Amino acid sequence: MDMLEKLGILADAAKYDASCASSGTDKKHAPAGKGLGSTEGMGICHSYAPDGRCISLLKVLLTNACNFDCLYCVNRASSNVPRARFTVAEIVKLTLDFYRRNYIEGLFLSSGIIRNPDYTMEQVVAVAKSLRLDHGFHGYIHLKTIPEASEALITEAGLYADRLSINVELPTEKALSALAPEKSIPSIRRTMGRLRLKLDEAKSEKHLKHARRFAPAGQSTQMIIGADDSTDRSILDLSANLYGSYRLKRVYYSAFSPIPDSSLKLPPKAPPLMREHRLYQADWLLRFYGFEVSEIGGKGGMLDLDIDPKLAWALANRDRFPVDLNRAPREELLRVPGLGAKTVERLISARRHRTLRSDDLVQLRLPLAKLMPFVVLGDHKPSSLLDSERLSALLRPKPTQMQLPF
Amino acid sequence: MHRIALAGPTDFKGWRDAARRLARQGVEPADVVWTVVGESSDLFAAPGLETPAAPAPEGPAFAVPRAFLDLAETAILHSDPERFALLYTMLCRLMTNHDALEDSVDPLVVRLNGFAKSVRRDIHKMHAFVRFRAVETEAGECFIAWFEPEHRIVEAAAPFFARRFASMRWSILTPERSVHWDGEILRLSEGVDRSAAPGEDALEDLWRRYYASIFNPARLKVQAMMSEMPQKYWRNLPEASLIIPLIDQAERRSAEMVQSATTPANPRPQRARPTPAEVTEAPAMAGTIAALRAEAAGCRRCPLWAPATQTVFGEGPEDAEIVFVGEQPGDQEDLAGKPFVGPAGQVFDAALRDVGIDRGRVYVTNAVKHFKFVPRGKRRLHQKPNVSEIVACHVWVAQELQILRPRLVVALGLTAVRSLTGKTMTLASAREQKLQTEAGTALLATIHPSYLLRLPDEAMKAREHARFLEDLKRVAEMARAA
Repeated sequence: MDMLEKLGILADAAKYDASCASSGTDKKHAPAGKGLGSTEGMGICHSYAPDGRCISLLKVLLTNACNFDCLYCVNRASSNVPRARFTVAEIVKLTLDFYRRNYIEGLFLSSGIIRNPDYTMEQVVAVAKSLRLDHGFHGYIHLKTIPEASEALITEAGLYADRLSINVELPTEKALSALAPEKSIPSIRRTMGRLRLKLDEAKSEKHLKHARRFAPAGQSTQMIIGADDSTDRSILDLSANLYGSYRLKRVYYSAFSPIPDSSLKLPPKAPPLMREHRLYQADWLLRFYGFEVSEIGGKGGMLDLDIDPKLAWALANRDRFPVDLNRAPREELLRVPGLGAKTVERLISARRHRTLRSDDLVQLRLPLAKLMPFVVLGDHKPSSLLDSERLSALLRPKPTQMQLPF
Repeated sequence: MHRIALAGPTDFKGWRDAARRLARQGVEPADVVWTVVGESSDLFAAPGLETPAAPAPEGPAFAVPRAFLDLAETAILHSDPERFALLYTMLCRLMTNHDALEDSVDPLVVRLNGFAKSVRRDIHKMHAFVRFRAVETEAGECFIAWFEPEHRIVEAAAPFFARRFASMRWSILTPERSVHWDGEILRLSEGVDRSAAPGEDALEDLWRRYYASIFNPARLKVQAMMSEMPQKYWRNLPEASLIIPLIDQAERRSAEMVQSATTPANPRPQRARPTPAEVTEAPAMAGTIAALRAEAAGCRRCPLWAPATQTVFGEGPEDAEIVFVGEQPGDQEDLAGKPFVGPAGQVFDAALRDVGIDRGRVYVTNAVKHFKFVPRGKRRLHQKPNVSEIVACHVWVAQELQILRPRLVVALGLTAVRSLTGKTMTLASAREQKLQTEAGTALLATIHPSYLLRLPDEAMKAREHARFLEDLKRVAEMARAA
């Protein structure tokens, strides 16, 4: 099988993984004249696919052969897809060749589980090790860890990788045992816990001269949305738990997408992209806007698909409004629909110099229709609309002709 | 009228020197015309000539915030011909109001911040969208790229490429300036025509294959792509030729996936060996701590297991004469799967050392074996276990004691007292009483070491610590007496 065909199979096999970021790691670069690669804290998206997702890393599988039979996965043991496998040297060369042409920011390597977890993990680590030690590669490396792999291998992975991740895939044990019988939540959690201890240790020793680098961009995970009947609430509960327990840098939500060669048990349907989007917005509220999970979410534990979760919260908590943009503390501004974290900082800095008025919001190009019913300004008081039944209807998108999901 | 001719379109130093002088002379922004040598934006300006400044006295020196210099250095790279004048207007304003830049909704501040933002974005996009092509030269392999930036950013963007492609020889050619790296030195040269850049690279087919394969046709979001990768960049991206065909085929491809019947499982699945779930370790001998630990790992007698990482079981030699029972594992114990390894565990270890008890000779466990907490952002706040959880978990403590048959059990804190005696009492009374476990083993109660960590008053802390050591000395004596 030639390289072109292999890359086609093994990139296709990796396209359902939502994580893409190459940010949050330490700053480093190759010394002049030697080696290759740099990371500068902020990741770079080198391209975008027509699905709107960024292409930052070369995201491939070492092999798409897999012992596991997770029903939502195109690479499951019982799938009929063609299989391929890269050698360690092939991935190393491909990464370097792509990197030299500035196509990518680094490598995101994952693998189907072959032979046993340790063998698979060994191969994954060997790629990162070769890039770092044989080729002086300083670019970004994200490795998917295999939860059942030995602690020594996971420790070694952390030496070479910028980020490590373990996918929890499904929010409940019931769903996991139904769809991914070989995966176990306890072993995923144990590995995440172990990683957090190592990350904490590396952080506390950072100031020491010979401190060992351990996955400076931390750990992340992915959950598949819509393959089982879990509610948004249970998904967000788990996210809050994971952020709190293991200090994950990101939880990625991946709308379950139709796959070629679907299992009979999981017939294909269009991916719930809007639900995925709302979950990301809710996740943001948890991490940057001071919301608790219990405050987010609508009927039956599901997020409203029509409007964003912050607007939904505001409509359901109108007694907390209007908020005076000239006086209210930061925490209250962060809860105003239509105000992002950066805008809030701007308003706080500007209001030390002037009384904010409607024109100022126009100047900042803020979504006035959404914002005005909830705020007080120097020249604006919200109308009785805030208490009106009509407000919710006004802020929801107008019904349009039914659109097909594709 | 003052005519300032700057040496080049990005001549920050020239602008700064002139602006500083003009500002100190009190020249109004409206009285300055900014030009660039060689650019004919001002029809009346004689290139290279500057109207000599009127011999006005220099005004007082003044300082501007650091943020303004950063802003000016970036905004000056913008292609808008008004940039010099707007920056000078801002400078004049800063002379009377040092914090004028903080007024982030002021139209001038908004406009200048917009310039800087646009420049930073252009630099970022250059870092992202430059595509090198490998060329064989006499000196060896060289990588050459063609790029068309929107603003005058080549010089500002170049150091990034030098850091990143440290050992390569490369050139980035643009219509206005070009930059070259030989592994040691960055060199700038004149801009060139597009035809000077190589047209192909052998690897581009591979890259296009990757691009096409990583795209999921069921998730078409063209707008999202366009906003991050505007069409103006497409012509220099080798993968861009695929965008339209991929979009065109997406609907058909995803509809096929949704509509096509699901397929039966592969009759010859990939599975080569038993999966880990099937590989079971040798069962531990019944009636041992190891067997009990394995059994407790799957405990679901109360709801605490769900949010926790793992069951944290007791640890220590099976012939231990003293068993310490704490409350429940904390954050660190939950992650490590071992009891008393966190901050309270360290206090406990130190106290044992002080009274001469070897931690390796005692068995340490908890009344409740799962960490109970509420998530608060990035933290987990410890919650006291309630009676039903203590009762549910008692099964395990009781069995541990039954197997270990220690001479003495030490309850660290009231939760342990409740678990071991089944009774609710105050710690003061528990400490004074001669207690027994339900099975009749001698039981001594003292505080939980985490109590010492929470005391804010140093004097009280010292007193309570001394009392804790007294209790542990009694434990050591009772162990020796045996």
